[in-house]
Amino acid sequence: MLENAIYGGRRYWAWIFFLLSLIGAGFIAYIYQFQNGLGVTGMSRDVSWGLYIGQFTFLVGVAASGVMVVLPYYLHNYKKFGRLTILGEFLAIAAVVMCMLFIFVDMGQPLRVLNVILHPTPNSVMFFDMAVLSGYLLLNLLIGWTVLGAERKEVGPPKWVKPLIYLSIAWAPSIHTVTAFLYAGLPGRHFWLSAIMAARFLASAFAAGPALLILLALIVRKYTKFDPGKEAIQSLGKIVTYCMLLNVFFLGLEFFTAFYSQIPGHMHSFVYLYTGLHGHSQLVPIMWVSSILAAVAVFMLVFPQIRKNESLLAIACIATFFSLWIDKGFGLVVGGFVPNPFEKITEYWPTLPETIITVAVWAIGFLVLTVLYKIAISVKEEVVFDKYGERQIKAE
Amino acid sequence: MSIDRREFLKLAGISTILGMGGASAVHGLRSRVEASQIMPNPEALKAKRWAMVVDMSKFKTAEDYQRCIDACHHAHNVPNVTDNLKHEVKWIWEETYEHAFPGTEDEYLAEEIKELPFLILCNHCDNPPCVRVCPTKATFKRKSDGIVMMDMHRCIGCRFCMAACPYGARSFNYKNPRPFLDPEKENPEFPTRTKGVVEKCTFCYERLAKGQMPACVEASRGALIFGDIEDPNSEVRKVLGSRYSFRRKPELGTRPSVYYIF
Repeated sequence: MLENAIYGGRRYWAWIFFLLSLIGAGFIAYIYQFQNGLGVTGMSRDVSWGLYIGQFTFLVGVAASGVMVVLPYYLHNYKKFGRLTILGEFLAIAAVVMCMLFIFVDMGQPLRVLNVILHPTPNSVMFFDMAVLSGYLLLNLLIGWTVLGAERKEVGPPKWVKPLIYLSIAWAPSIHTVTAFLYAGLPGRHFWLSAIMAARFLASAFAAGPALLILLALIVRKYTKFDPGKEAIQSLGKIVTYCMLLNVFFLGLEFFTAFYSQIPGHMHSFVYLYTGLHGHSQLVPIMWVSSILAAVAVFMLVFPQIRKNESLLAIACIATFFSLWIDKGFGLVVGGFVPNPFEKITEYWPTLPETIITVAVWAIGFLVLTVLYKIAISVKEEVVFDKYGERQIKAE
Repeated sequence: MSIDRREFLKLAGISTILGMGGASAVHGLRSRVEASQIMPNPEALKAKRWAMVVDMSKFKTAEDYQRCIDACHHAHNVPNVTDNLKHEVKWIWEETYEHAFPGTEDEYLAEEIKELPFLILCNHCDNPPCVRVCPTKATFKRKSDGIVMMDMHRCIGCRFCMAACPYGARSFNYKNPRPFLDPEKENPEFPTRTKGVVEKCTFCYERLAKGQMPACVEASRGALIFGDIEDPNSEVRKVLGSRYSFRRKPELGTRPSVYYIF
């Protein structure tokens, strides 16, 4: 099946080379960071995690959200998702690859990365995170590849893959729960020390991931002969709607606990993020962009009339994705460090090299995604489209 | 010589048992060998759990603080990163009362107390969150005396410990620290660090092993009291038993080993 990745039109190769150029720029920036240390980033003694770890956190959610198409299809026999599962699984693979790269570029001593395996430490959530992420990557590679291979040969998937699929369904929430535990168990970081953290993580993940998947499905339909299905996209839209509402609700719970209890430590980070604290307000504009996008997304999603229009659904998905990307990929991590344990404020903003490296990791993710989708869609075009032909379109 | 099946199985069984026994014998031997590779200095200072009492009444002038800070930072080749305070590395430093003990100040607090600098260092918690989160055991609590140690050769620089420490006691080498050392004052007895690792106070484990008190304690002229908190006759216990003491953020359950008295 791999050969499908090297046959493509001009547009395919132009996209590939565009991504490769971004990766090349990021590689040069990474060499610079590797030689000079993490001082080339905007991180500091007080804000010791920044954009990299934020992106990692966000993308674990995207990876976990693959389960939102796999679960209805395999556990509820929801056939409409049949054509989406492979897109969900391959999106999860690309997302996990990005997660691992974001952790790697965030390390002060990247050459010692194997110490995590050489000195396994079960009491560290980070050790577990590494274990569940690697496991999830393997599961999705194995399942996606096997099921797609079977489809190409026009036979049913082998029996042994079923238990693995069930395992992966249970596994998906675990990766994001563990990621939330990275934050939610730290004494003295009031902003993160919240029992709802893992639930909020899952809700935002299951909104942002399927939102991205809808956009990808629409792109796939536009540029290839393969149609993931109008109804499938609408069902995904409902998932995005409910999860986005849950996410907003959970965020509201955080606000209530902080501001009704009036405990200063619990309020400080929220105040810093949304209005600024002691004259420091660097993150306020982007947090409001995130909030406005969330409001727009919720408004567009809750009305079925709007949601059922695919162009408007696409806009709602873009709003959902970027709202959560800012909230979780940036605000959540930085907000936890401000104010610092001495209740002093050091602000954070990513530097140019840091941004170039971040863009490059995303480009690597999109490269993996493009190649995997190219393979999957070539198989689907060959098998599904030719087999059902016009019927596929008429059936909608 | 030929052996039949029965004979072979017997021999195989016996040699397996012998082999296992041999392995465990070697194992036992090895742990003993490793333990005695370095002869402990008979002068070494020992404790069940080291603790420090900072007697604020003895810090009168700025020089009193600086003497302790300089002693530590020279002894441990702590880089003097002053070009960008975001990258600052510090093992022991000053922090005013309202920042050292946030949440305890009130609006009527006397200005001299609010602004009073306290010496801040790693608390060597009995229940250290940094140790709990470290994915490589690069930071660990030493069983013998409770010191929260830092293996800067194992640290991968993930900075999870910095997020976990509620006391802001940890510094990360955002850049190569060596250019920020004064070659004249470098201490050849203590290693310098590379970029990309976390560091912090280690209660001068290397001095204790030689029978010396921590550098800051030695320089403090009695303002820092250091001893075994599990020994009822130690000086720290006597001070804590007779005077009002307090610790930073005790509500977090980390059980700091650094106490403050007025």
